[in-house]
Amino acid sequence: MTRLSKEESKFLESKLNRVPNKLENGLVEAEWSEHCSYKSSKRFIKMFPKNGKHVVIGPGQDAGVLDIGNGYVVTIHIESHNHPSAVDPYGGAATGVGGVIRDILSMGTRPIALLDALRFAPPQTNDELSHRSNSEWLFRYAVKGIGDYGNCVGVPTIAGEIEFDPSFTNYCLIDTACIGFGRRESIVRNSANYDDLIILVGGQTGRDGIHGAAFASKTYLHHNRSAVQIPDPFLEKLLIEAITEAVEDGAIKALKDLGGGGLSCCLSELSDSLGRGFDIELRDLHVKETGMSPLELMLSESQERMLIVTDHLKFDNVRQIFDKYELKYVILGRVKNHRNLVIRSNKRIIADIPSSVIANAPLIKRSSKRPSYLTALKRGFKKPVTPSNLTEVLLSMLSNPSIASREWIYRQYDHEVGLRTVVKPGYADASVLRLKNGKFLSVKLDGNSKHCYIDPYEGTLGCLSEACRNVACTGAYPIGMIDHLQFGSPERPEVFWCFRRAVDAIINYCKFMNIPVVGGKVSFYNETSKGPIKPSPVLGAIGLVEEKRLITQSSFKDGDSIFIIGTTADEPGGSEYYEYVHHITGGKVPKVDLNIDKLNLESILLLIDKDVVSCAHDPSKGGVAVALSEMAILGGVGFEVFVDRIPNTCTSIDNLLFSESHSRYIIGTHEPKKVEKILSGIGGLVYSRIGEVYNQNVAFKMGGKILINTDTQSLAASFRKLDQIMTR
Amino acid sequence: MARIGIVVFPGSNCDRDVHHILNNVLHIPSHYVWHTDSNLSAFDSLIIPGGFAYGDRLRAGAIAAHSPAAKGLKKMAKDGGIILGICNGFQILVECGLLPGALVKNNSLSFVCRETTIKVENNNTVFTSSFKRNQTIKIPIAHGEGRYMADNRLLKTILRKGQVVFRYFNDDPNGSADHIAAVCNEEGNVMGMMPHPERALTTGSSDASMIFRSLYTHLGK
Repeated sequence: MTRLSKEESKFLESKLNRVPNKLENGLVEAEWSEHCSYKSSKRFIKMFPKNGKHVVIGPGQDAGVLDIGNGYVVTIHIESHNHPSAVDPYGGAATGVGGVIRDILSMGTRPIALLDALRFAPPQTNDELSHRSNSEWLFRYAVKGIGDYGNCVGVPTIAGEIEFDPSFTNYCLIDTACIGFGRRESIVRNSANYDDLIILVGGQTGRDGIHGAAFASKTYLHHNRSAVQIPDPFLEKLLIEAITEAVEDGAIKALKDLGGGGLSCCLSELSDSLGRGFDIELRDLHVKETGMSPLELMLSESQERMLIVTDHLKFDNVRQIFDKYELKYVILGRVKNHRNLVIRSNKRIIADIPSSVIANAPLIKRSSKRPSYLTALKRGFKKPVTPSNLTEVLLSMLSNPSIASREWIYRQYDHEVGLRTVVKPGYADASVLRLKNGKFLSVKLDGNSKHCYIDPYEGTLGCLSEACRNVACTGAYPIGMIDHLQFGSPERPEVFWCFRRAVDAIINYCKFMNIPVVGGKVSFYNETSKGPIKPSPVLGAIGLVEEKRLITQSSFKDGDSIFIIGTTADEPGGSEYYEYVHHITGGKVPKVDLNIDKLNLESILLLIDKDVVSCAHDPSKGGVAVALSEMAILGGVGFEVFVDRIPNTCTSIDNLLFSESHSRYIIGTHEPKKVEKILSGIGGLVYSRIGEVYNQNVAFKMGGKILINTDTQSLAASFRKLDQIMTR
Repeated sequence: MARIGIVVFPGSNCDRDVHHILNNVLHIPSHYVWHTDSNLSAFDSLIIPGGFAYGDRLRAGAIAAHSPAAKGLKKMAKDGGIILGICNGFQILVECGLLPGALVKNNSLSFVCRETTIKVENNNTVFTSSFKRNQTIKIPIAHGEGRYMADNRLLKTILRKGQVVFRYFNDDPNGSADHIAAVCNEEGNVMGMMPHPERALTTGSSDASMIFRSLYTHLGK
């Protein structure tokens, strides 16, 4: 339990003009936790560019809202359940899904898709021990938790992202994002009037998850089982249907989901944002355990609960809907004209605090200091010798769990329910959803802890670029971004410095590209006994394809000519090549040149618009060699590529093949002359035709020499490694 | 005009998908029926869609089999109405005793969502009369408890009586006995299938949608 600091206690007392009682203190402690209050990060993340022509509601609410035309909107939000998942991966991951779905529901939209971004230590140690590791257990059960929950509620999990890194030993990052869809006029814009009813609906309140928000606001040093929440996706499914019906009937005036901090945070935040007071009676709360104290009731993080405000007239409608779905609910209280949160137990007032005091924690000024390890990394860096057998290196890279096929994961996720999924997982860079108005939504999450460790600024810029590139490969222009900033303790100046750099990167990229940040989260205190995790911002891009068209996928087709857009540089720092093959952490991390990034993105969109692209894929983890291999494996075809035709400034062949330079795109086309004509007309664009797709042979040649010689089957066999590890 | 109802239980997920394919794509009119609607006599045919009715509590379909709708289903089956159960719907029909055998956890113990191929074993049912015998169809599956089981005696009986309608072809996604993907009752008016015909159009293959067309054509008769 994070106690209030001396300064915070003093501040609270001065605001109240008295000493708070135990319950009041407990409520404030929950809301003033880092997880709920953002007291360390708020002053920085509010500088994110938020305006854009599609933005209806930006960050600050339960979810961001984007207008996609014809009277429709999409909502998007991202959540993490890192601390609880490290203790109970199944329950932690499942409830993470539940939480983000309820955020989407809170805006009055129906959840239509889920995405997950996962980080673990490698599932298998290099000496291939026969016993299963802790990280494999976390991975296996987090995936099961996400699958079981998402499948049961009938929301397809359409895409994901996964990275393995030793810094996550005995820990994990479990991020889930959710997309919602609805009519613009139905968005619930919270409002309330005097004497309106405050209703709690859904799961019963118990002792599960107490201090969950606090648990997530300190470093995880021991198992804290009570702080892990218990999932019930069937109950969530009933909530989804009931709330959606009530919203359609216009029966809801204000809507908020219960998450971290339970009732204490939900009530105080809603009351504060409405500018109204709440008078709450705890006596009739539907509970699953007896003898719970008022503080326990207020802090419980029992899942699948929503708070609704409505008037007496509309309540009848709401009640009928709840009865239809056999959902339990209780009238928790009334809206008042004062501005306080008043809690009663059997009519007796046991807490009475101005909502604005609870909901507005004093911000904390954290110090920043450039991490000393960065200097050490630069100094201690020794370039590895280029291996003689590059074929072996490529096959090894493809079997790297951070690169290998994710089929083991997405086969467990129902990715088709809803009939909106246009591209099956693994077949394109981003996931694409067909929307009711005939348009398509393209979404991708991207992170790279290895890059961000060595250079938090460029690493974060790179994640932003990559997310946008992935969306562009499906023919969509990014219309909004979400960010999930995951770091160690903000009390460490070195960690906070990295956080600041990541924030700067987001501000600079989004300003330049004119893409608004529509939502996000900050998750601090991700640490284990070994120290803070690597800086792990996860960025999401949402793009829109306006008209009905065939969505570009990333598999080569026989007869394709291969082009590459963009330059490859000596930027092996933080690459899977360096880290997985050579076990080196260090070197130059790929940089993003904003002008080139924008130019190249616009070029790929132009090509797709002109219908001359048969497939598109952007090189990221593993560089161009892996990207070409992935396209070949998906298409079941081979290729011949002339490596010296790849535009580059590299000083060694392995850098050329595996460097993770940004802003590059690989295209397959059946109309090379047309592509040549279009690209040559774009001033300043670097591009080149580098090879052809045919047969089942895979060859990388350079000046008459064969650098890599293998076949599609061998590539595919290596690519199946993750599946093999998890099904042995 | 023939009335087709889509039975919706608390926890059904694929009801809207089935409704969309029928009404908007195939132009076959269908209506939602909430599970507490005990009067199902207004319908000539009922489709039980996929999902997780009652969260699959106890066993998939177990609790739904005691819902008010189960009474109506049993009556319709007896009266010769046409009933199609898809995925969870198949599980519910089995729990209702309207179809033989049992559906248990996939032998991999994992949920599996991918494409498979099924073969038409019996094209004499109202559901499969538009197909050729031995015709193969690409179709998506998405289930965790899709393993069909029947003891040897029951298996022999249903084989003998031609109650196996579809089998998985060159594929074994869940360890089903005799690769059985769909069965019908003795009378042939009730069928349950694990794969999702309403999702087939998304795979670019419209073959599976012929199941719905076939059903509708027979209602017209």
